[in-house]
Amino acid sequence: MAITTAQSPFRTDPLTGLRIDLTAQTLVKTNAVLAVVFLLVGGIAGLLVALTRWPAVHLLNADLFYMALTAHGIVALMVWIIFFEMAVLYFVSTTLLNCRLAAPKMAWTQVVLMTVGAATTAVAILQGDSSVMMTSYVPMNAAPHFYLGLILFAVGALIGCGVFWGTLVIAKEEKTYEGSLPLVVYGCMIATVIAVFTIANGAIILIPTLLWSLGLIKSVDPMMYRVVWWAFGHSSQQINVTAHITIWYLVASLAFGAKPISEKVSRTAFLLYILFLQLGSAHHLLADPGLSSAWKIFNTSYMMYLAVLASLIHGLTVPGSIEVAQRRNGLNNGLFEWLRKCPWGNPVFSSTILSIIIFGFIGGISGVVMSVEQVNMIIHNTIYVPGHFHGTVAGGTTLAFMGLIYYLIPVLFQRQLIMKPLAALTPWMFGIGIAILSVALMGAGTLGVPRRHWDITFAGQALGFEWPGMAQMMMAVAEIGGVLSVLGGAAFCVIVVGSILIGEPVPANAKNIVAPPADAGGHKDIGMGGLEAPGTFVLAMVLFVTLVLYYFINFKYLATLWTLA
Amino acid sequence: MGYSFTAPAKNWATEPIERTEILWITIAGLWCLFMFGWMIAWHWIGNQNMASEAYKTTPEIYGKKVEDFTAKYTVRQDKSDPNLPVVAPPPGSDVYLAASRYQWRPVLELQKGKSYRVHISSLDWDHGFSLQPENINFQAYPGYEQVITMTPNKSGTFGIVCNEYCGIGHHAMLGRIYVKE
Repeated sequence: MAITTAQSPFRTDPLTGLRIDLTAQTLVKTNAVLAVVFLLVGGIAGLLVALTRWPAVHLLNADLFYMALTAHGIVALMVWIIFFEMAVLYFVSTTLLNCRLAAPKMAWTQVVLMTVGAATTAVAILQGDSSVMMTSYVPMNAAPHFYLGLILFAVGALIGCGVFWGTLVIAKEEKTYEGSLPLVVYGCMIATVIAVFTIANGAIILIPTLLWSLGLIKSVDPMMYRVVWWAFGHSSQQINVTAHITIWYLVASLAFGAKPISEKVSRTAFLLYILFLQLGSAHHLLADPGLSSAWKIFNTSYMMYLAVLASLIHGLTVPGSIEVAQRRNGLNNGLFEWLRKCPWGNPVFSSTILSIIIFGFIGGISGVVMSVEQVNMIIHNTIYVPGHFHGTVAGGTTLAFMGLIYYLIPVLFQRQLIMKPLAALTPWMFGIGIAILSVALMGAGTLGVPRRHWDITFAGQALGFEWPGMAQMMMAVAEIGGVLSVLGGAAFCVIVVGSILIGEPVPANAKNIVAPPADAGGHKDIGMGGLEAPGTFVLAMVLFVTLVLYYFINFKYLATLWTLA
Repeated sequence: MGYSFTAPAKNWATEPIERTEILWITIAGLWCLFMFGWMIAWHWIGNQNMASEAYKTTPEIYGKKVEDFTAKYTVRQDKSDPNLPVVAPPPGSDVYLAASRYQWRPVLELQKGKSYRVHISSLDWDHGFSLQPENINFQAYPGYEQVITMTPNKSGTFGIVCNEYCGIGHHAMLGRIYVKE
């Protein structure tokens, strides 16, 4: 076999039976640990934001609040997530394809550039003259090294994508696997294609902005900035969606021996992401001047909602694959026996299922509704927007990543998790906290409360006015949820670091992978009503009805407003 | 047999699709088509739409327009602030609102049920136009002038909150619109 000629030594992991390239393993560990460190930093900044927007606490002064908010956005939304995505790319491309990592030196360059870039931007923020929010809309200006750090970070991420692609090429050439790419590798490949598009847009807009901040060019057009920046900013979240959905599939396989119900359907849904997902950057531009309704409608709908359709498909096929595997293993009674008998106390599973539920019901439904051209007018820049994206990014991406990290610690570090009862609790603390935060922020946003705002009491302002008591209460409830999620996140970080440092070694004969069930004869043998996954279908219909009702409730509210034309 | 992280069966592209998936894709796909059509249809059946009307401008030119507009139709100074003019433009006319750090100027006095062509732009950085408690939100930035025809259907005092972060005084940035019966 070609493998024996590869330069890197491998080990066979006893827990999973997978062959792991040791060079890749070191890089995966490094990226994952850096990710968790930045998660902790982002979480602390988030706690400060939450404790300031909680009206009764109002912790920070205005300067520090806007600084903490800038830091929270950049670190929690970009740095932590992209570091862990690098770990996922290296792990998936080597271990799942039974291949060595291409160009380890380039991979180390990725680590160095991303670390230096993140640190540079962090320093700029902490120096206090770059409290420009993650979006840094021109002509508001930050210090030059604020932009420089982001550019270095993005170049690092681009190199990481290149190493992933190089590994795919080596695996193909050396025939380390047979047939088509596994679905999980395919999903990661889709994410890297979106990443290249994203980073290119980041370069197109951040490099001129850096030159402008240095005084080398005269101005950057505010509209061009927003259009191109969002092709970077929104698309980077589409990388995350693709990555965390891939991780849903992966965990469903590891924890249940599940496989996709139909490879064809899941792969086509991923392909729709490449074709249409990036159009979503228009969501941020719906209230802007100068863009036509035709442009807005085409883009905001991802060309007739084809990317939404893709997400709705994954939302069915991932839990559906779990249901089919459970039914084949004998849990075939009624609609929901398979679900009741899931390992709810296992943090790898509970993180994943909570990620699916929060992403679908909170992030997904709100995202579809708020991105309607007209409904956006009652939501744009209100605190509804952070409500939405905490449902997608924190509840969806971060929670899914946490679950995979819990899984990978015994595999990569050969140590068991410490404080297992607390570890079982953390996904619930983080998930429920984020769910409360998201829903309450959406409620406050519906009442008009603005995002990125230090003082909604307008104390001392001549033109100030009072928000309804309900809006104040919603903000308090939201931030209580925020604090709960930070506690869950902090416990997660302690468990991860503690397990790496002082965790018990993994026992010699332990296994951490579930064998796939024998193929059954389709819906004749399992399921109900001619469906192999009837329970998932019922749950999907609950989501569907919720979405339809919420969609029309928003139009009903919209129709009571001033006439606008 | 097999996992989602192992190579799929050779015939994966020709395997039949499971019925649960077919049913769901049909329902979800039809809903997607409906939402696309509804968003277009609302331009005809709904009363809340954004016009695509916008112009390139500069802070200097736009600032001058706001000044002229204010001088022409000022009826009094606002009780809350003696330096803040209240402007009562005639129905159907062009109304110019300027965002700058840290105020929306001038204060407007409109009539319920009458239409106004409201122009919105910024004289410095990005700002947000957020009319409360109606909760109508638009983006404002320098160099571009957006026109929205607004017809108030309620009377009362409405606040304009800046909901795009615009610097250290952002939370103090407000404006006001009075709507008379």
